[in-house]
Amino acid sequence: MFDTKTYSSEVNQALCDYLLRLADSSLILGHRLSEWCGHGPILEQDIAMSNLALDLIGQARNWYQLAAQQAGLGQTEDDLAYLRDAPQYRNVLLVEQPNGDFGQTVMRQFLFDAYHYYLLQKLGQSADENIAAIAQKSLKEVTYHLKWSSEWVIRLGDGTEESQRRIQTALNNLWEFTGELSKPDQTDEILHAAGLVPDLRKIQADWQNRVLSVLTEATLQIPTRTWMQKGGKEGIHTEHLGYILAEMQFLQRAYPDCEW
Amino acid sequence: MEWPLWEVFIRSKQGLDHKHVGSLHAVDAQMAMENARDVYTRRREGVSIWVVESKYIHASNPDEQESFFDPADDKAYRHPTFYEVPDSITHI
Repeated sequence: MFDTKTYSSEVNQALCDYLLRLADSSLILGHRLSEWCGHGPILEQDIAMSNLALDLIGQARNWYQLAAQQAGLGQTEDDLAYLRDAPQYRNVLLVEQPNGDFGQTVMRQFLFDAYHYYLLQKLGQSADENIAAIAQKSLKEVTYHLKWSSEWVIRLGDGTEESQRRIQTALNNLWEFTGELSKPDQTDEILHAAGLVPDLRKIQADWQNRVLSVLTEATLQIPTRTWMQKGGKEGIHTEHLGYILAEMQFLQRAYPDCEW
Repeated sequence: MEWPLWEVFIRSKQGLDHKHVGSLHAVDAQMAMENARDVYTRRREGVSIWVVESKYIHASNPDEQESFFDPADDKAYRHPTFYEVPDSITHI
C-alpha cells in the first residue's frame, strides 16, 4: 500500500493515465520477452530474456498498484492488467511489435531501454515520493537491460554479414516507432508543470546521443526516414496488441475472478 | 558453431571464498560474466563472480586416484589432534 498524495482532479487524472502508460509499456514488453521462454537461441540467453521479462512485469505491478490506488476507484492491479481492452491500453507502439528474429527482439529492446533508462533516471527525482521510489528501484534493473541490449546490438551489427543484415533490417522496421517515445502530449505537459514528471524533450536529447553512439559503434546505418507512427499513448494501437491481450487475458475473460 | 565453455565461481554474501557453481557457454569473458549473473545469481546467491574458460582448468587424473590420494589415509599424525588445548584458549 502506498501513502498517496492528493492532487487536483486534472492532475490526478493525468497522473493515472501516465502511470498506466508506464505500467502498460513494461507489461507488454515483458509479455513479448516471455514469449521467448524455451525458444532462446542459446540456453543462457533464454534465461537472460526471461530475467528481463520478470523485471519488467515486476515493474508493471508496482505501477499498476500505484495507479489503482491513485485512481481511488477500488480497482486492483489485476483489474487493470486483465480487464482492459486494447483501446484502453496506453503502452507505446514499439513494445507491442512482434519478436521477429533475435535481432529484432534485441533492437526493440535497445531502442526502448535507452528511453526507459533516461526516463526512470528523471522520474527518480519526481516530487511524488511513490513515483520516485518505484523509478529508483526499476532503474537498477533497467541499467542492466540497457547494457545487455547495447552489447547485443554492437555484437550483431559488428558481427557477420548475416547478423548485420538482420539487425539493420530490424532497425529500419522499428525506427518509425521511436518518435512517439519522447513526443510530449497534454498529459505529459500537465504533469511536467506539476513537477511530477520530466520534460520529454530533455529525454529525447539523451536518448538520441546514446542511440547514435551505440548504432555507430555497431556500424549500422541510421534510417533517414523521419515520418513517425504515434497513437499508443492515446490507445490507438497496431494490430499486434489485440493478439497479445487475447492470449494474456484469456483466463480472466473465460473464467472471471478465477483464482489458483 | 559451439561457443566456448566457462566455469563459474560465486562468493555468497556470508562466504569467504568463491565456490564452483557450474558452467555455461559464452563467446568472451564479458558475456560469460553476464551469463553467469543471469543464470546463477537470480536468487541473490552472490556478491562476486569469477569466470574462467574451462580449457584453462587442469584436473587431476582419476586413474591416479590411488597413488595421489590414498597415501594420506593412514597419516593420522598430520591432524592436530594430539595437543592438549589450554583452558584459556577458546574458539578452536
